Amino acid sequence: MTEAILTAEGVSKDFPLPRSLSDRLAGRPARAVHALSGVTLEVRRGETLGIVGESGCGKSTLARCLVRLHEVDGGRVTYGGTDVATLTGAERRAFNRRVQMIFQDPYGSLNPRMTVRQILAEALSVHRMVPTARIPDRIAELLALVRLPSDAADRHPHAFSGGQRQRIGIARALSVEPEVLVADELVSALDVSVQAQVVNLLLELQERLRLTVVFVAHDLRLVRHISHRVAVMYLGKVVEVAPTATLFDDPRHPYTQALLHAAPSLDPGSRSRRAAARGELPSPIAPPPGCPFNTRCPHAFDRCPAEVPFLTSRGPDHVAACHLAAPRFESAR
Amino acid sequence: MSAPLLSVRGLTARFRAGGREVTAVDDVSFDVGEGEVLGLVGESGSGKSVTLRSLLRLLPSGARVEGQALWQGRDLVAMPDARLRRVRGGAISMIFQEPMTALNPVLPVRVQIEESLRAHTALDRAGRRARARELLDLVGIPDAARRLDEYPHQFSGGMRQRAMIAIALASEPRLLLADEPTTALDVTIQDQILKLILDLKDRLGMSVVLVTHDLGVVAETCSRMAVMYAGRIVEQGGVREVFASPRHAYTLGLLGSVPRAGTERSALRSIEGTPPGLAAIPPGCAFNPRCAFATTVCREVRPDLSPRTPGHLAACHHSDRVAQASLAA
Ligand SMILES: Nc1ncnc2c1ncn2[C@@H]1O[C@H](COP(=O)(O)OP(=O)(O)OP(=O)(O)O)[C@@H](O)[C@H]1O
Ligand SMILES: Nc1ncnc2c1ncn2[C@@H]1O[C@H](COP(=O)(O)OP(=O)(O)O)[C@@H](O)[C@H]1O
Ligand code: SF4
Ligand code: SF4
Ligand SMILES: [Mg+2]
Ligand SMILES: [Mg+2]
Repeated sequence: MTEAILTAEGVSKDFPLPRSLSDRLAGRPARAVHALSGVTLEVRRGETLGIVGESGCGKSTLARCLVRLHEVDGGRVTYGGTDVATLTGAERRAFNRRVQMIFQDPYGSLNPRMTVRQILAEALSVHRMVPTARIPDRIAELLALVRLPSDAADRHPHAFSGGQRQRIGIARALSVEPEVLVADELVSALDVSVQAQVVNLLLELQERLRLTVVFVAHDLRLVRHISHRVAVMYLGKVVEVAPTATLFDDPRHPYTQALLHAAPSLDPGSRSRRAAARGELPSPIAPPPGCPFNTRCPHAFDRCPAEVPFLTSRGPDHVAACHLAAPRFESAR
Repeated sequence: MSAPLLSVRGLTARFRAGGREVTAVDDVSFDVGEGEVLGLVGESGSGKSVTLRSLLRLLPSGARVEGQALWQGRDLVAMPDARLRRVRGGAISMIFQEPMTALNPVLPVRVQIEESLRAHTALDRAGRRARARELLDLVGIPDAARRLDEYPHQFSGGMRQRAMIAIALASEPRLLLADEPTTALDVTIQDQILKLILDLKDRLGMSVVLVTHDLGVVAETCSRMAVMYAGRIVEQGGVREVFASPRHAYTLGLLGSVPRAGTERSALRSIEGTPPGLAAIPPGCAFNPRCAFATTVCREVRPDLSPRTPGHLAACHHSDRVAQASLAA
């Protein structure tokens, strides 16, 4: 379980902002959203790696870079040791098959005019997964795998509930027998009771098919439940990575600590009346210099706005990017 | 508990949809006590927002509302429009999930707060200016004096939510109706806003009805809770009691669906199926097709919401079996 299968090495991604006329007249330089700045992370064979962080911190952008839906602006993404940006032709198609993405929006990612059968048949034939004659059998197998009734094949996506549509998305991704699934907010749009069904399905499929999963979500409880390791992002950077139990029991980055304390606990007996973090997320157009968390951090000192902290070891398999070795949680005010 | 501040009885709301009438809220009853935070929790479409909106007559025309909502001896449901308008945004204020629907995009924040002050207080011009600033301070907007003259679009999501709360508080309401006020926010900002609402409740002596689909938010902020399913309240009681021993199978399932520490990577106790649409609410107990405890009586007879232990109500034919299962789990 230690072999890295997919890696991000110093990955940066900017989205240039449209320049307004007044910007141009005033000669102001073009600006950009710095969605990712120097992200380094490895995904290991057979594991579920959770990626958490608040809105806009770059989770989806990182997911898209990992499957090469975005080209990176700096650094590289490797798969089996090869820079994926260099893949062409048959190699690129093989990569596209082995690393599959499932999207947040079960409504937007399925063609509404195609039946489930057509959606799955298309995926099977594009990658020539089975002989044409075997396609109907394979479709029946896939539907059984994600627990959809077999008469689902001849219906259109709109005839399904949100949870069922998410299963169709999973069936499509699995149809090409991938090694890695990158799931971006897979269950976020679903009601709690339906979320649990999809989570159970994902756990079971992963064991059965020995999948490697990158599970991107903002819901800490879900990520904790599913992941072997968790990476925490803030403003386009990975600030902490650790095995799940370590991350939740002994977080070493002040942002991770604030995030965990801010998440409402399910135990009515453990309440706190003080907010976990002060201030708001800075804009990724002009992230603060030095440590990105320095504008909200209760421990910030003179080194923090001056010098970017890099990920350094905090214990077995545990890294964090903070100038302090072992800061303790402090609530706001 | 002394006499409740608000007492809702048999509240029902119907809409016409596709030529037939559907019931979105069905015979809902609850009380809100002085200084209490009541959580109204349920999955999307269960009727939480329609319940709040029907109290203040904020439903589209064509909606039919029945039942009673006693507020200081008067029934909000039967009250003449002119009188209800004085209560709405006055003694009872409401805040929403999406602040931009409640804020006017073309008016500076100051003007919107001052308008509410003019409508609901006796303050003069200078008094309103000073109070507007105090209110922005109160909700934790830094540099309030300057930010007052900005427009809503210049505020971040969290600050808009704060500004909307400031407007809602301008009238010094006795009751705040909050419809998913933090659902659109990030977790660190959600935490700030929830703590702010609790703080203000204590300082201003308000009561709060907090609508949410997040059980964690209920556990963290509410004193009592009511669980909605398919337009009805199926369970109601103190937050600690309901979390410790749910007495309706839906509540039990909902609590089991949420991952907890210590059970990592094991199967969650999920609920099969999906909530019913309004046009096809099952007879008997609406939850019966999804319920592992269901028997014939569940498919035929609608269970009443009745006390199971003092202050803890459930609408379930097999509430004792559910309670036992929750202890075993
Ligand atoms: N195609 C794009 N064009 C311009 N900006 C973009 C684009 N995609 C993402 N961004 C910006 O990049 C930043 C990171 O976005 P990203 O979607 O990766 O965030 P996220 O962590 O997935 O957030 P969420 O939790 O809201 O899904 C944000 O500021 C976002 O607005
Ligand atoms: N104006 C309307 N016309 C018809 N149906 C409506 C209207 N408003 C809400 N509903 C329906 O009433 C039910 C309850 O809605 P709502 O109270 O908004 O649910 P939630 O619990 O998610 O807040 C839903 O099925 C919704 O579709
Ligand atoms: S580097 Fe400084 S500002 Fe950043 S998290 Fe550590 S102490 Fe806080
Ligand atoms: S009344 Fe019957 S169907 Fe409804 S929740 Fe109770 S046991 Fe289940
Ligand atoms: Mg995203
Ligand atoms: Mg609602």
